Amino acid sequence: MRVRRLELTDFRSYPQVAVDFEAGPSVLVGPNGHGKTNLVEALGYLAQLASHRVAADAPLVRAGAERAVIRAVIVHDGRELLVELEIVPGKANRARLNRSPASRPRDILGALKLVMFAPEDLSLVRGEPAERRRFLDDLLVTRLPRFAGVRADYDRVVKQRNALLRTAYLARKTGGGSTDLRTLDVWDAHLARHGAELLAGRLELVDVLAPYVEKAYDAVSQGKGAARMAYRCGLAEDGDDVTADRGVLSARLLAALAKSRADELARGSTLVGPHRDDLALRLGELPAKGYASHGESWSYALALRLASFDMLRAEGTQPVLVLDDVFAELDADRRERLAELVGKAGQVLATCAVASDVPESLHGARYDVAGGEVRRVR
Amino acid sequence: MYEGAIADLIDELGRLPGIGPKSAQRIAFYILGADPADVARLASVLKRVKDQVRFCAVCFNVAEEERCRICRDPRRSDEVICVVEEPKDVIAVERTGEFRGHYHVLGGAINPLEGIGPDNLKIRELMLRLRSGEVKELILATDPNTEGEATATYLALLIKPMGLSVTRLASGLPVGGDLEYADEITLGRAFEGRRSLDV
Ligand SMILES: Nc1ncnc2c1ncn2[C@@H]1O[C@H](COP(=O)(O)OP(=O)(O)OP(=O)(O)O)[C@@H](O)[C@H]1O
Ligand SMILES: [Mg+2]
Ligand SMILES: [Zn+2]
Repeated sequence: MRVRRLELTDFRSYPQVAVDFEAGPSVLVGPNGHGKTNLVEALGYLAQLASHRVAADAPLVRAGAERAVIRAVIVHDGRELLVELEIVPGKANRARLNRSPASRPRDILGALKLVMFAPEDLSLVRGEPAERRRFLDDLLVTRLPRFAGVRADYDRVVKQRNALLRTAYLARKTGGGSTDLRTLDVWDAHLARHGAELLAGRLELVDVLAPYVEKAYDAVSQGKGAARMAYRCGLAEDGDDVTADRGVLSARLLAALAKSRADELARGSTLVGPHRDDLALRLGELPAKGYASHGESWSYALALRLASFDMLRAEGTQPVLVLDDVFAELDADRRERLAELVGKAGQVLATCAVASDVPESLHGARYDVAGGEVRRVR
Repeated sequence: MYEGAIADLIDELGRLPGIGPKSAQRIAFYILGADPADVARLASVLKRVKDQVRFCAVCFNVAEEERCRICRDPRRSDEVICVVEEPKDVIAVERTGEFRGHYHVLGGAINPLEGIGPDNLKIRELMLRLRSGEVKELILATDPNTEGEATATYLALLIKPMGLSVTRLASGLPVGGDLEYADEITLGRAFEGRRSLDV
């Protein structure tokens, strides 16, 4: 899979820009703050319907403009697909596939499969569990787009259930008597069903991904301690194993909900379910978070992305690989090693401020990015 | 900014669903420039709709009399009730031509985020209808989204002890969607392939 053309209208710093890309490696070179990341961020948004840098959509729309449009031509198995997405902050996005409107934006997920590594990824190792859950869920959707629906359904059920618990909580606090909790059983059942689906997906994914992470970390760090990861599930008390069987998971979620109902009513929020889980990252015998050095954390984050890429490739999709500002962080040896690792990708887009930071082997096409313009120079 | 009547009109239009400030402004100025007879007709329809249209005393569909056209139709089966969220869903199901029973319009779906619980819907009225004993089958045709599914499950739990056949529209409807927007063929198929709901 590759991106043949990217067109932006009022996205970030670009009033209007169009760039044609080729297969193989490309570097985007330009001074700080001139719009390199903005370009690849747009591709990332098409692939995940979310930015890797901001949670809200407003910063994505050029200051002073009302809406942003991302348009890309994707080539896959010899066929071209035109994907268009209109971002209007505060409103639902609108998407089109080959010019016909998609009934929901998430219908375009899967059209562009992309793995991006960016400086923000350091928070995969050092940040809160939410960052790691998002990593897993994004990858799950890239791997199997139907999980976009599972994820949305689950999030919605948790929101509704929280609203019900909060109302009950407030009513009790203000002495307004008992609120109607007959519907709580219904939300429990739906949370267990969608939650089991999401959990099973994550567990399966972690199983498949873990060996790739170990291998990738080994390759980028040249072997100092093994990078092991494990899904940390709230259902697993005392470290017993959680199987990826949907029926079993659903029953266990229901039991856990029943057990914590009093607690949930007292606190007014949902305390059980995959939205509370984490991905445990270990380096040798120690947790990576809080223990790993800057360089180690950084290599770990890179390994997570490279492993995602390798896994998708092994499973038969060839994702586009984006490396945003990666090479400046590495010494010459590691640069060469990374270049070698990613050289096999069908399409690699690497950004950097200084061209010489990127090893020769990745200098396929070169684009200069400056002053709002993107110029192919090689 | 505008003042007086035109400002009031823009405000009122802007309160309508699906109309943003810009559209409200455009419609307001269109009305200002329109033929007086056209505007008078619009005004009188607006008034008539509130004066004359009410909700059917039996099924809560829109009606111009005490009971709606469907409830008054003697050719329709009293044994099946199709439960929907809104009157517009009745129209959607009628369009398929697959259904010859009666309806019950809940007036929405269970939605804690919007403060809507079972007591805000016509659920008590549905239970009363079911107790009459004539009804043998209930089809739950709430929207195929989170709130519609929750409402269907809630009703199924409530009705289970009564020993009626309770079915849910077959999947194949776009998930996360609105019944109203399902096309006739898809919705028709969903009716034919309805499945019993285990709770
Ligand atoms: N919504 C927006 N409207 C206008 N300009 C914006 C908007 N969002 C970001 N910018 C501008 O885009 C520039 C940042 O672009 P980008 O992050 O792509 O830089 P970069 O080339 O990747 O730089 P670096 O080498 O430092 O990573 C900033 O100057 C910022 O002011
Ligand atoms: Mg950048
Ligand atoms: Zn009626």
